[in-house]
Amino acid sequence: MPLTIALWSIAAMLALAGVVAFNQRVDATRIVYGLCFGFCLILFCTTIIPRGAVALTATLPLGLPWVGAHFRLDVLSAFFLAVVNLGGAAASCYAIGYGTHEKHPLRVLPFFPAFLAGMNLVVLSDDAFGFLVAWEFMSLSSWALVLAHHENAENRQAAFIYLMMASFGTLSLLMAFGLLAGSVGDYSFTAVRAAALEPWKSSLILALTLLGTGSKAGLVPLHIWLPLAHPAAPSHVSALMSSVMTKVAVYGFIRIVFDLLGKPDFWWGIAPMTLGAITAALGILFAMIQSDLKKLLAFSTIENIGVVFIGLGLALAFRANSLGLAAALAFTAALFHVFNHSLFKSILFFGAGAVETGTGERDIERLGGLIRVMPCTAFVLLGASLAISALPPFNGFVSEWLVFQAILLSPSLPQWSLKLIVPAVGVTLALSAALTAGCFVRAYGVAFLGRARSRAAAGATETDRWSLSAMSALLGLCLVAGILPSFLIDTISPAARQFVGGRMPAQGEIPWLSIAPIAESRSSYNGLLVCIFIVVSAFLAARVIHVFASRKVRRGAAWDCGFPDPSPMTQYTGSSFAQPIRRALGNVVFVAKDHLDMPTPGDMRAARLGIEIRDRVFEYLYAPISRSVGFCADQLNKAHFLTIQGYLSLVFAALVMLLLVVAIWR
Amino acid sequence: MFDLAAQGSQMSAVLTLSPLVVGFINKVKARFLRRSGPPILQPYRDLLRLLRKETVLADHASWLFRSTPYLVFATTWVAAALVPTFATGLLFSWSGDLIAVIALLGSARFFLALAGMDVGTSFGGLGSSRETMFASLAEPAMIMIIFTVSLIAGSTQLSEIAASTLSHYQLRVSFGLALIGLAIVAIAENGRIPVDNPATHLELTMVHEAMILEYSGRHLAMIELASALKLLLYLSVIACIFAPWGLATANGDARAFVYGVLAYLAKLAIGGFLLALFEVSTAKMRVFRVPDFLGAALMLGLLGTLLLFVSRSF
Repeated sequence: MPLTIALWSIAAMLALAGVVAFNQRVDATRIVYGLCFGFCLILFCTTIIPRGAVALTATLPLGLPWVGAHFRLDVLSAFFLAVVNLGGAAASCYAIGYGTHEKHPLRVLPFFPAFLAGMNLVVLSDDAFGFLVAWEFMSLSSWALVLAHHENAENRQAAFIYLMMASFGTLSLLMAFGLLAGSVGDYSFTAVRAAALEPWKSSLILALTLLGTGSKAGLVPLHIWLPLAHPAAPSHVSALMSSVMTKVAVYGFIRIVFDLLGKPDFWWGIAPMTLGAITAALGILFAMIQSDLKKLLAFSTIENIGVVFIGLGLALAFRANSLGLAAALAFTAALFHVFNHSLFKSILFFGAGAVETGTGERDIERLGGLIRVMPCTAFVLLGASLAISALPPFNGFVSEWLVFQAILLSPSLPQWSLKLIVPAVGVTLALSAALTAGCFVRAYGVAFLGRARSRAAAGATETDRWSLSAMSALLGLCLVAGILPSFLIDTISPAARQFVGGRMPAQGEIPWLSIAPIAESRSSYNGLLVCIFIVVSAFLAARVIHVFASRKVRRGAAWDCGFPDPSPMTQYTGSSFAQPIRRALGNVVFVAKDHLDMPTPGDMRAARLGIEIRDRVFEYLYAPISRSVGFCADQLNKAHFLTIQGYLSLVFAALVMLLLVVAIWR
Repeated sequence: MFDLAAQGSQMSAVLTLSPLVVGFINKVKARFLRRSGPPILQPYRDLLRLLRKETVLADHASWLFRSTPYLVFATTWVAAALVPTFATGLLFSWSGDLIAVIALLGSARFFLALAGMDVGTSFGGLGSSRETMFASLAEPAMIMIIFTVSLIAGSTQLSEIAASTLSHYQLRVSFGLALIGLAIVAIAENGRIPVDNPATHLELTMVHEAMILEYSGRHLAMIELASALKLLLYLSVIACIFAPWGLATANGDARAFVYGVLAYLAKLAIGGFLLALFEVSTAKMRVFRVPDFLGAALMLGLLGTLLLFVSRSF
């Protein structure tokens, strides 16, 4: 029954997309987003009903005639369905207000419900054909949304790179499914699950899946499209792409590797783990030096995907060694982080959108002092920044804490390679967690605090109520997930039992609502108590001091060691804030150089300080590929200008070649 | 009821003792420099004086600037309450482990760094930026040290770590590495020489002081108290992990508690003395040498963890 309702809602979303596309009504913005909000809520509710490990299935006579379209709602798809539709509902609610600022609404409206429907279909489909079609549908509809503001040349380029990377990912997945289905060609997941695979095949499938889903999720080095495409789209779509679509890619990885591939080998975990660690560190270092608010958030998404993949890699390694409890802990940590990131990254992108509509600026170097003109947005974004920086009592801390606890269990892994890799992964994770806090201090401090650096920032207006309510609701969820994590862990536990074959002790039964992943003597955390303590002692301190000491306040000019400068240009900027990090860590990871051009005495021109940053991944991986593609195209271009004899001999040579191939093949 | 009293006395003890530790360290430092130095109780007088004064706020200061001192104080105090000082296994000690304690200190720093940028002066931003850089190396180093210690003890709870150290104490390579690393992290986190100088107001050498430059009156008092608490916390953590002798257990009798308090005071005195000795014998280093210094702590922590992954006996 829930599956039927879910499928009907998806069909309704697709129908909505069709109606908007053909009806061309410009004033339908609020209705469309309102309907999307409703459908997402219905879909969210369908995930609450299935309890236990029972999966619901349905088959529709669509798609390939001899396969049909299979759909399945099990614990894993239910979890991801909830993530998708929570994000979808929030984005729709936000867009009811934000969407009215769109200059050309018809470039966004038809594709938005289609994009939502595509993501839902990926999560629900139960055969390779349906999965790939839904995957490609999701990619293409989001590509159309990235192109919404195509009058900007940068956005066109971003959309082109996104399309390339998405096609590459789908190609990899296509080949992975081809290998999975084998020579029989039965594409339903039930048949794939039952089939036994040779080891070389399963390792090839693992690599292809990592490429296919990694390119969508933003694993380094396949991340290059993400910081270009996510900022190009309208903010509610950026939020969806960053917080939800990357999670659908994570779902794809879990579905194929944990479910379809069968029992893992111990080294399967190494690739996701190391790639995840590299992704986390690189993503946050790049985020640290961005000045475009949305680009910064996109890089931070890359970092969080890295954290998720670290958790999944650990889970694979534990599962291969039949360490059920540890595998369940790592798996739970990864899924918990998926949920958390979908919450706070949505808020942050919504906030960036609110800043953009309020000031017309996305560059933090031209903002400042927004906490006075946009107080509510500033408050909500402060909470989200705390949450993403993994600081208690918010939810980001809980999932990173769980990952750390999983790493602490890994000396029990017997393989030497894992023993050496896991500590390195741990130190990278710790480094990126610490850098995240610095990154968001910088972003929030430069954009929202201090004095306004431009007239636009000084004259900003608070955003509308729809947007604010969407952001505050998500922040509330962040806090609830942070102080009552036991419920969420217990919700994930059936999925952990089914896919990694172990379960954590039930957290709901531990007194005082605290969590203890293994045993209370080993480690425990109580978010509720910590939160209450902080609030009570802060209020107590303020109260005592105001009553018994002094409560007098005088306003005056800033002290600044006696030399305050009235010009807002003398404030610390984003790039000066990042300078120590750039200098200490920058040259290891990316080539960051400061050029100082100081005129000789007597020369009247101004001194200039320039920062040059080069991305090594782009330079050493993509530039050669793009150069060789260009070279091949140039060479092939010569074939357009041959004589008739030349063409005839080409045809003859091709014929001989093919005959030779056939002869050798036989 | 007894449990609650023990927990309450521990929370008030850290609050009242922390300025004393600062005064003691200042006194010892002054003695080493052949000065008589301020009285040991001077930090209390400073705090009371600041509390009674009016607060001068910059024109541009927002609500975040005004609420940060209380939040910083509260998070630091909660963190300090989770660390065993004279007794282990107190009522609320399981509500957060060592990782949570470090993360709580991270929350305090997050707010303080934001407050540094709130007024919109160049010094505030300078302080926040440098503090962020130090933290982004010190925090991972601390996490690696926690990994080392908790791999030995099999737990991240400080009470359990202390119990495990007490029950089978043996000299270990990784333990030594963790001790050196933790000392470096503690020096950096508390802004002591050679990383930062708490006594300086020379513009280009200050980090923590630059960040709180705009604070005055009761707000400054709260921040000073929080940094004193943080110093006490780090001393207590080091004492609890590496020298847990004399710690009373939760179900112990009154005599054990008295011994615990005496042992704790002795440990604080030794720790404070060593810190003062170290501070007078080194000079402050350049800001861009600090990453190397903290990088050493990070590598020591990583090495300790790696050794324990290889073999449990290291």
